[in-house]
Amino acid sequence: MIAPWILIAACYALTLVGTLGLTLWTWAAMRRAEAAAAKLGKRP
Amino acid sequence: MHVYANPARFLKIARPLTAWLGWAGGALIAAACGYGLFLAPEDYLQGDMARIMYVHVPAAWLGLGGWVGIAIASLMQIVWRHPLAGIAARAIAVPGALFTALCLATGSLWGSRAWGTWWAWDGRMTSMLVLLFLYLAYIALGQADHERGGEGRITAIFGLVGAVNIPIVKFSVNWWNTLHQKASIGPRGSSIDESMLWPLLAAALGFSLWFGAVVLMRMRTLLARQKVEARLRRMAGT
Repeated sequence: MIAPWILIAACYALTLVGTLGLTLWTWAAMRRAEAAAAKLGKRP
Repeated sequence: MHVYANPARFLKIARPLTAWLGWAGGALIAAACGYGLFLAPEDYLQGDMARIMYVHVPAAWLGLGGWVGIAIASLMQIVWRHPLAGIAARAIAVPGALFTALCLATGSLWGSRAWGTWWAWDGRMTSMLVLLFLYLAYIALGQADHERGGEGRITAIFGLVGAVNIPIVKFSVNWWNTLHQKASIGPRGSSIDESMLWPLLAAALGFSLWFGAVVLMRMRTLLARQKVEARLRRMAGT
């Protein structure tokens, strides 16, 4: 049987990686999309 | 609600709110998880394994709450044709799917010790797995509909129909004999000791604020892409 603290650490690590990963991916996508919109908006 | 139907007005509020929700959520998550991991007392029956509760329960609530949000936004899109409702529903789907997947993964790790099995086809776990599949189908359908130039009505109908699964998840532990325990927090109070309840509620609030920040970032992304597509269409037409 796996030790409790290994399972607990795995749960917290999964949550941390998931939330941080989604935050960074979403933030990068937003910056790219808003930059593209701003760039196109400046064109005559 | 129609006050925020104008994307420019919405963006004026969303921009500062995104950062506020993100930082406040992150700080609360760090504090609550740190407390849950190192300071909260052990459970008298499960010992340290109960510390998984501080990430598993908020993940479950947000997985379910995310689909409730999709259903409300879908209803607003179909009935009132609110221009931001469809975008909000699509923005909720990805963090909703993440939390449902996290709920299943952390629940499986918890169950491996508490129940002696990683998985069982019981009511709660199976209905939660169905919720994850619904999220994945919703994301794929939303993407396909957008690429075909649809107005998102099919996706909205799917969002409403999928809400049927929410009461099934919620009441599965009452309707069937399941390995999963019954709800510990309800309208009549909580069976959790206060030393564990408050950090749990703080973690849930922190993850909820963070969820809100991600939804706003995704809405801003979808609005910016919509703006680019409209501009390119206009340029191609002239």
